[in-house]
Amino acid sequence: MLENALRGDRRYWSWIALLLGIMFVAFLFYLRQSSYGLGITGLGRDVTWGFYIAQFTFLVGVAASGVMVVLPYYLHNFKEFGKLTILGEFLAIPSVIMCMTFIFVDMGQPFRILNVFLYPTPHSMMFWDTVALGGYLLLNIVISRIVLDAERKGITPPHWIKPVIILSIPWAFSIHTVTAFLYSGLAARPFWMTAILAPRFLASAFAAGPALLILFCFILRRVSKFDAGREPLQKLAVIVTYAMAINVFFVLMEVFTAMYSNIPEHLLHFQLMYFGLEGNTSLVPWMWLSTVLAVVSLILLINPKTRRNEAVLAVACITTFLSLWIDKGLAMVIAGFIPSPLAAVPKYWPTVPEAVISLGVYAMGLFIVTVLYKIALSVRERLAA
Amino acid sequence: MSIDRRQFFKIAGLATLGLAGKPAYEVFAQGEDVVDSVTVTSETPPVPTGPLTAHRWAMAIDVRKCLDQKDCKKCLLACHQVHNVPDFGNPKDEIKWIWKESFEHAFHEQDFEHLPDDLEHQVVPIFCNHCDNPPCVQVCPTQATFRREDGIVMMDQHRCIGCRYCMAACPYGSRSFNWRDPRPFIKQVDPAYPTRTRGVVEKCTFCDDRLARGLLPACVEACEARAMIFGDLEDAGSGIRELLRQRLAIRRKPGLGTKPEIYYIV
Repeated sequence: MLENALRGDRRYWSWIALLLGIMFVAFLFYLRQSSYGLGITGLGRDVTWGFYIAQFTFLVGVAASGVMVVLPYYLHNFKEFGKLTILGEFLAIPSVIMCMTFIFVDMGQPFRILNVFLYPTPHSMMFWDTVALGGYLLLNIVISRIVLDAERKGITPPHWIKPVIILSIPWAFSIHTVTAFLYSGLAARPFWMTAILAPRFLASAFAAGPALLILFCFILRRVSKFDAGREPLQKLAVIVTYAMAINVFFVLMEVFTAMYSNIPEHLLHFQLMYFGLEGNTSLVPWMWLSTVLAVVSLILLINPKTRRNEAVLAVACITTFLSLWIDKGLAMVIAGFIPSPLAAVPKYWPTVPEAVISLGVYAMGLFIVTVLYKIALSVRERLAA
Repeated sequence: MSIDRRQFFKIAGLATLGLAGKPAYEVFAQGEDVVDSVTVTSETPPVPTGPLTAHRWAMAIDVRKCLDQKDCKKCLLACHQVHNVPDFGNPKDEIKWIWKESFEHAFHEQDFEHLPDDLEHQVVPIFCNHCDNPPCVQVCPTQATFRREDGIVMMDQHRCIGCRYCMAACPYGSRSFNWRDPRPFIKQVDPAYPTRTRGVVEKCTFCDDRLARGLLPACVEACEARAMIFGDLEDAGSGIRELLRQRLAIRRKPGLGTKPEIYYIV
């Protein structure tokens, strides 16, 4: 099947070349990081996790969101998502690989990473997160491979794959729940120590992931013969709408609890994000941008007239995705570290090498998405022909 | 009930310690005015007689004695020198095992509005609390940081993968990461103690290596004011227990349930 990725027009190859170029430059920066150390990033003694871990967290959500097409199709026999499930799984695979790469580039001693399996530690949430992510990757590789292979041969997939697919549904929820547990179990970080973190993560994931999938389908309609169809995307849009509304609701719950209880160690983090703290205002414009984008998204999504207009829906998906990326892929991790346990207000902003390396990981993810989608769509095109 | 070899040696060892009376470190570690029954006979450290052991190592800091020594940095200089702690000269890369923090920041959860004059805007030494319930140990995915039976929270820098989860989990900011190669920034390398590589976490270890050689922690030894009292918390007759019986001590963020074992006597 892989040979399908080696056939393409000029546009396809330019896109591949661009991604490979970015990956190459990022790799050079990574070599620099591995010889100098993580001091090349903006991280320091007080803000010890930053952009890398934030991208990891955000992308676990994108990976988990594949379940939003798998669940209706397999549990509710919602036929319209039939064409989309493979795209959902082929989005989950590169997302998990990106997650793992972001963890890898964030490690001080990356080549010792297998120590996690050599000394399995059940009381560490990071151990469980590694298990959950690895398992999810494996499930999605097996499922997509078997299902696509059956589709290519024009046969029904073997029966044993059904329970595996069913297992992948709770597993998708588990990866983002355990990722939230990385944060929400830390007594040292009151900003993260909230029981609503896992539900909030899931809500934002089920908005951002399907929004991205809708955008991918719009792009595929332009660059390939694949048309997901109008109705499946409209149904996905409804999922995005509900998830985004629930996410905003959860955020407001957090804000209420922090503001009304007025406990400084909870309140100060929100103050930092929305108004700045002791001169540290780096997140303020971003958080207000995220807020405005969230409001715009909800208006465009909830109103049926705008949602049913595909051009407007595309805009709504972009605003939704960006709003949630700022919230989770930028602010959530940083804000947890400021103020520090000693009431200091450290500054952190990603450096150029940190940003380029991150960009490289995203380019790698897009590269894998491109190749996988190319394979899936080539198989379908051949069947249609 | 039968006992195996290991248990036999343990009991035999403890019995020997018991026969020897109060261990040398107890005599040395406590201030003269604390316990009348024990007299400090010499200013010079006693000759090591074997490893110092305890059921639960802990430290008490006599804050006022410490404050009497204005701008004293002997404890941190001694610690950082014997442990080859680098000095990068910037707060971002900073590595510190013990340092002086303002009383207000060290105990900021107490929200002290009005402090006695001699405490206001003063600094106290802070370092790893060697918690009984250490969050860093709980989160570490490789058991590179672990708690010994005598309460010391240790670091295995050869196993550490540098994920810094322990730093996110520590409520006291006691841990440091080698953001870059530390070796060029060590003023004077002490060959008796290992240097670290970049990409691993480090922190105070209550000088486990010195205890094994029968020596007190470097900070305790360096403190001329005898403001740092190191001892066995489970030994009701120890100097530190005696001190805690006599004076009020506070701990940092006790509400988190980490059970920190550094006591600040105010």
